Amino acid sequence: MSFQPVKFYQTGTYTVGNRLLGPDERSVQSGELRSNSINSGHRACQGCGEALGARYAIDAAMAESNNQLIAVNATGCLEVFSTPYPESSWQLPWIHSLFGNAAAVATGVAAALKVKGKTEVRVVAQGGDGGTTDIGFGCLSGMFERNDDVLYICYDNEAYMNTGVQRSSATPPTARTATTMPVGKEPGNVFGQGKNVPEIAMAHGIPYVATATVADLRDLEYKVRKAMKMHGARYIHIFVPCPLGWGSASHDTIKLARLAKETGTFPVFEAEHGEVTSVLKIRKKQPIEEYLKPQKRFAHLFGKHAHPEMVEHLQAIADRNIRKYGLLDEEKAHG
Amino acid sequence: MANKPFAITLKPGTSLANLTGSWRSARPVYLNRLPPCNNACPAGENIQGWLFHAESGDYEQAWRVLVRDNPLPAVMGRVCYHPCETSCNRGQLDEAVGINSVERFLGDEANKRGWKFDAPAAATGKKVLVVGAGPSGLSAAYHLARMGHQVEIQEAGPLAGGMMRFGIPKYRLPREVLDAEVQRILDLGVTLKLNTKVEHIEQSMKDGGFDAAFLAVGAHIGKRAMIPAGDAAHIVDAVSVLRSMEGEDKPMLGRKVVVYGGGNTAIDVARSVKRMGGEPIIVYRRTRDRAPAHDFEIEEALQEGVLIKWLSTIKQAEVGEITVEKMELDEKGFPQPTGEFEKLEADSVVLALGQDVDLSLLEGVSGLEIKDGTVQVAPNMMTGHDGIFAGGDMVPSERTVTVGVGHGKKAARNIDAWLRDITYAPEPKHEIATFDKLNPWYYSDADKTVRPMLDMIRRQTSFDEVQGGLDETNALFEARRCLSCGNCFECDNCYGVCPDNAVIKLGPGKGFEFNYDYCKGCGICEAECPCGSIKMVPEDI
Amino acid sequence: MLKQIEGSKAVAEAIALCRPEVICAYPISPQTHIVEALGEMVKSEELAPCEFINVESEFAAMSVAIGSSAAGARSYTATASQGLLFMVEAVYNAAGLGLPIVMTVANRAIGAPINIWNDHSDSLSQRDSGWMQLFAETNQEAVDLHIQAFKLAEELSMPIMVCMDGFILTHAFERVDIPTQEQVDGYLPPFDPRQSLDPKEPISIGAMVGPEAFMEVKYLAHAKQMQALELIPQLAAEFKQQFGRDSGGLVRTYRADDAETMIVAMGSVLGTVKDTVDELREQGHKIGVLGIISYRPFPLQEVRAALVNCKRFVVLEKSLAVGMGGIVATDVRMAVSGTGLKGFTAIAGLGGRNITKASLHKLFLEAEQEKLEPVTFLDLDWDVVNKQLEREKQNRHSGPIAENILYDKGMSTSAAKFG
Repeated sequence: MSFQPVKFYQTGTYTVGNRLLGPDERSVQSGELRSNSINSGHRACQGCGEALGARYAIDAAMAESNNQLIAVNATGCLEVFSTPYPESSWQLPWIHSLFGNAAAVATGVAAALKVKGKTEVRVVAQGGDGGTTDIGFGCLSGMFERNDDVLYICYDNEAYMNTGVQRSSATPPTARTATTMPVGKEPGNVFGQGKNVPEIAMAHGIPYVATATVADLRDLEYKVRKAMKMHGARYIHIFVPCPLGWGSASHDTIKLARLAKETGTFPVFEAEHGEVTSVLKIRKKQPIEEYLKPQKRFAHLFGKHAHPEMVEHLQAIADRNIRKYGLLDEEKAHG
Repeated sequence: MANKPFAITLKPGTSLANLTGSWRSARPVYLNRLPPCNNACPAGENIQGWLFHAESGDYEQAWRVLVRDNPLPAVMGRVCYHPCETSCNRGQLDEAVGINSVERFLGDEANKRGWKFDAPAAATGKKVLVVGAGPSGLSAAYHLARMGHQVEIQEAGPLAGGMMRFGIPKYRLPREVLDAEVQRILDLGVTLKLNTKVEHIEQSMKDGGFDAAFLAVGAHIGKRAMIPAGDAAHIVDAVSVLRSMEGEDKPMLGRKVVVYGGGNTAIDVARSVKRMGGEPIIVYRRTRDRAPAHDFEIEEALQEGVLIKWLSTIKQAEVGEITVEKMELDEKGFPQPTGEFEKLEADSVVLALGQDVDLSLLEGVSGLEIKDGTVQVAPNMMTGHDGIFAGGDMVPSERTVTVGVGHGKKAARNIDAWLRDITYAPEPKHEIATFDKLNPWYYSDADKTVRPMLDMIRRQTSFDEVQGGLDETNALFEARRCLSCGNCFECDNCYGVCPDNAVIKLGPGKGFEFNYDYCKGCGICEAECPCGSIKMVPEDI
Repeated sequence: MLKQIEGSKAVAEAIALCRPEVICAYPISPQTHIVEALGEMVKSEELAPCEFINVESEFAAMSVAIGSSAAGARSYTATASQGLLFMVEAVYNAAGLGLPIVMTVANRAIGAPINIWNDHSDSLSQRDSGWMQLFAETNQEAVDLHIQAFKLAEELSMPIMVCMDGFILTHAFERVDIPTQEQVDGYLPPFDPRQSLDPKEPISIGAMVGPEAFMEVKYLAHAKQMQALELIPQLAAEFKQQFGRDSGGLVRTYRADDAETMIVAMGSVLGTVKDTVDELREQGHKIGVLGIISYRPFPLQEVRAALVNCKRFVVLEKSLAVGMGGIVATDVRMAVSGTGLKGFTAIAGLGGRNITKASLHKLFLEAEQEKLEPVTFLDLDWDVVNKQLEREKQNRHSGPIAENILYDKGMSTSAAKFG
């Protein structure tokens, strides 16, 4: 996990920067000369977690590659809000082809760079959860299996937001979307079996798989930079709240990402060659309600026609994550 | 781009043409909020301000910011009851920041390194008489001197310090610490006349050609209680006992010493008696939780072997023994006699029931108002008599060293204004940075540093200082526990968390600016500002 | 160098001579032999530097090619039939982005029913994708067209399909003149992309374009293909200069000078057509042939010029616009609109149905006598069709058509008959 050699008790590694840190220990985001890979003027909604996550990740990759970076983008919010003709927000070479082929296009870019001997130029592919866990899944798996020299970053906001908030395979059970309305006996999205794409990525045995959230910048940057130091297929799954799709306040974007991690609903870990090598521990465990309640997509679980059994089920899923990944320190687990 | 495909291929970074600031319905603004510690400090210290410098290890700058308000940090760091820590927001997170211990470290560092105050402002040609060299008088003298006024302190006693010397035992405040801080004030050019009791203030001002006076004579007359006592019963007051500790001859109290009262003075006396080889018993009419003494002092006294009889009053004192009556608290919490009596061995009884002010120097001064044995002052610390100001224990207020120091500063500012024929208008106070304004997530878990305590045998047998200080490492640790409530400490959070890159970082020490051309008003910066230094303000639409 | 060689192998050698830098391979008959051969050449480093990528689908094949082409590498892939359909979204995208990818389409029918044999349904389904499409008549032409295709695509920054009939060409051993590396290098300069992903000069490729500019973008793609109409003959001429043979161009006529009946066709069937025409000419029939090489862009003027002096024409095509009729025929009729020429459409050879000289003989004579229906289905077994239609008239649950037809033809061993 992220590591700050000099510990500052005021803020530790939690804040973006710290005036007391040496220049080489600072986060990329705290730098006045960070690349701002996505420029101002993009058309993301207020408080967009994906815009934030993408800048965090791509700026870090830019820093690690000395700005020798090419980005491939799947169709989705990120693509639409960043490149509507006649303006682009991207400040690095960037290509958008289709919804489901970002991983393959990136493979192609990497192949071209290799054949041309441009070993210093690196490739990232990025997409939302729809473009990654659903429509782009075949290309993603192919890229993994061939171990192509691509870092694929998924910005997971748990539904198809660009098209108007429809369910994806990353949508959590009970969540309201335009295609899983909170009506009937089982309101909201069903309790399916889930689709844990980071674990599926791990099953490919690729060199590096990690999860991160926009709430833990230092951890996110550490993982992107670590991934960029490696070659072969790498996958980072970043949790990015969506105020529009989740019905949350625009200022709660980071708070919700933090709660997702602190409740255990989104486990933050990293793995190399299919083995989990570290987890980001829960600091102050929170009940799942703390995470659910600020989001209107879960509003039907509470109030007049509450569904406590569904909340319990969601809590059980979070608890299973906590056990499975060892997200709590021993004393906290029993405390 | 001319040869690039039309519309499909775009120039990088061109979205700057799209000013998304127009989406905004509320704008973030940077502001400073008043940290609760600063708000609680009776001396008006800018605690967060000096901790900020201590955090980066710049102790001298920290000390310089500190002494803008209080010239006695080494003393404060030992004797202040630190209401700052009581109000510290970190207390709601884990434990309050050890402000007091860092303050002491800075004061000790200053003494060790020989730091001097900044030179005074240009001389104003005005002369001010300060009566009394206690905390309040020294504080006023210091501030007045830095403002460029000529200051003379006239002190009735043989040494400067007032209650800091004659009321607080050495084991809490070593005298060399006090001496060093007094000397630094005198080094500013303040004249100190010892053994000079001002008999009549107006006369003294006239004789010395003073333009104004600040009276801070303290409260040194021990209160008496009506205790039926035999002729030979040995009853003394606490102030006299503590004062005599400073002289060559220690007070003769015998072995069994009953201390009557439940305040800090009672504790001080009892602990001093213990150190002189006596067996002190405190008799107090109410319970521990209702005692005015600070609980940690009671705890330390108990640890050292001081006995305390709660819910007891002295009914009679005879040679070698006293009679106490057991009390019980009524519904309103007042002690009521029970009729149950008990005899205790007592070679002497020390009354620690509070102190009165010697107001004799004010006799015949016009316009003064005396009430309950104290001089009434206006909000600007001036008595009813033009040009005569007063502060410290002789005016109505809580009687602590820190309050006294605060009075001295406040009076100095008002005296300065009065001398210039203007009105001193303090800067309006910012709203308080209460805990709900913070985002405590960002602060690392870090428990308070425990200051070393002297071992028990030496505590019971010597006047060596009980509580140790911090060293450089743990002082830094402690300083860095500060949450910087309400004041930006350049953590870069706003700069980092803005999804629209609408925060401009101006560089170290210069803070940040919002770029309202692009700020969409999402409010993440406010929500994620750890210290509550950003506020969302509705846009006029 | 003359070689007796399989068509696929010949094409693979031609591709290799063009120095592709990235090749994406996914198996589908009948193009498989091409990428297999290329794969071996890359692995043996006979073809280097080149990245040979075994992708997981045709969609990925085209997507990888999009990425590599956008990053400035000469990119190649091959497909057919279902594979082409599976990559369609990326096919359109490659054209939209103006990426000069060269793709061999080993033309094959589209299912259901699944069928691996040749017709032109697959590439013709991509008529409007924005790709250029050149059709080879022989394996020699397939070789030559590939060499020209790279030059054409890169000159215009537009992708191109070189179409060759599955099995008929791909799997046929013929004598083919394989050019030397020097010859090809002298003809085809290194790839100088119009734009490429490069950190030295960042650009954003693939913007979202709204109504304000979308039509202009589309028109510009159209204009590019119009430029190709001029460029294709020019490149064929240059090719002749370098390699000493006629290959490529927009259209090619055969014995057309005084022809009153013209047969219009694409691909390898032209060989059979020409043989038939030769026989008819010997019998005194004024009949000629128009072979279309460039299906996209469609050479309206050249087609019109080739037909304007005849009295009637037959478009013989291996494709069917279900519910309408001919596909190529529609374009040919557009070319001759206003001339009053009599045009017939003959749908032939779907799913690999053999097109025999005998059938063509009969067809062309009927055409000469203008006895043809506007749309003729060559060698259609009307007995089988009518039986099925009759069954369906009686009972809408008539069972699977293919199974029934097999039964009717006496080819089903299970004899399963429904309804």
